Amino acid sequence: MNTYAVILVYSTSHAIQAERVLKKAGLPAKLIPTPRHLSSDCGSALRIAVEDRSRTEQLLAEARVSIDRIELLDE
Amino acid sequence: MIYLDNAATSWPKPNCVNEAITRFLRDVGANPGRSGHRLANEAERIRFDAREGIAALLGVSDPLRIAFTLNATTALNIVIQGLLPPGAHVVTTGIEHNAVLRPLRMLEQRGVSISIAPCGRDGGMDAAVIDDFIRPETRLIVANHASNVSGTVLPIRQIGERARARGIPFLVDAAQTAGCLPINLDADNIDVLAFTGHKGLLGPTGTGGLAIHDDVDVGCLPPLICGGTGSRSEHQVQPDFLPDKYEGGTPNSVGLAGLAASVRYVLDRGVETIRAHEKRFAGRLIDGLGRIPRITVVGPGDPVRQTAIVSFIIDGLSCSNVALALDEQFEIMCRPGLHCAPLAHSSLGTLPDGTVRFAPGPHTTEGEIDQAIAAVVRLAGAEA
Repeated sequence: MNTYAVILVYSTSHAIQAERVLKKAGLPAKLIPTPRHLSSDCGSALRIAVEDRSRTEQLLAEARVSIDRIELLDE
Repeated sequence: MIYLDNAATSWPKPNCVNEAITRFLRDVGANPGRSGHRLANEAERIRFDAREGIAALLGVSDPLRIAFTLNATTALNIVIQGLLPPGAHVVTTGIEHNAVLRPLRMLEQRGVSISIAPCGRDGGMDAAVIDDFIRPETRLIVANHASNVSGTVLPIRQIGERARARGIPFLVDAAQTAGCLPINLDADNIDVLAFTGHKGLLGPTGTGGLAIHDDVDVGCLPPLICGGTGSRSEHQVQPDFLPDKYEGGTPNSVGLAGLAASVRYVLDRGVETIRAHEKRFAGRLIDGLGRIPRITVVGPGDPVRQTAIVSFIIDGLSCSNVALALDEQFEIMCRPGLHCAPLAHSSLGTLPDGTVRFAPGPHTTEGEIDQAIAAVVRLAGAEA
């Protein structure tokens, strides 16, 4: 079983905005359908490696990308 | 064939636009914001490209403050209908298009009062005139950036300065100027700007939207259309965040793919370069047409004070007959009549007959301008 961090966002536009910021910084982020038990706000979320979580939070805050929250996900 | 109707819609489009539309239909196709599979994600990326491009072009730092609509008219209606309850007062100008005037006249029936700051015979105005019309209950100032009839450019930065000093929201109709004239929401004191994608931005029809200044709080601006957005699906009320708030319903993704490519084209070529090209052609038309006996050029007659649009009348000939002859005998496409702007024609003194409008675009050549002038010489002479 792997544990990931999932960035929950308000809309897919926000998801793409976050994806671009992370891509520019060389952090891989994968767009996934939002796991229903985490949120039903937006159909898409971004999955990242757990170890990238704090850097991700920092990058998104610097770029003023608003996100809902980050949750852990076991798969 | 010579196409001089770019003020109605620009044509031809840059080839990258045709390619982006074909590519979207053939290889992407999915609905952005919904579903979350790879094609839907790619569609959202393309829509985001369009947001980023428009934001860069208009000096908005957050691309999510670009909300897409089907045209500038819908965008104008969102703001006009959203900010003017019964009892409110609005100030506008004498060269507005019906996209502004018709929603205002509808609201007038519901108790909104309207003041129209007059424009001169060249369509221009001094921004200070606006001061005379502002009242305590003024809730909005809305102004055309440039007239679709005469090309006259209004001093929007100075009008915006007056609006900002009094804390009154300032809405600009940039249907004729986005992509043709430099615009920066912050420097130009614009709170909200309505743009269309299919004129100066060189994209397809069915695209347009609102550009909202980074500091403007949209909490008190309700949406005009509510519906599915792909977000907040468990809620029966419209999301209150941008851009979803104003984007209910499936978007014109195919069109936005074309717009993303066209805005990239405009940014690469440079608005200043396009403006210089169009200014030269406006000057050539003004000079060429102005020398012909029986012809009156309407508007400023000065390329610095207008867009590439040049409107004229031939004494003794109806506009529609001139346009028909230009089409049939010379294969020149232009637009005669009132151009959905009766108030502007009233200001310019060209009611009820209207004008013939030549509107070159970024792909017009000098040779085409000269042929058009020569055709008008023939018509003015032949029917004297």
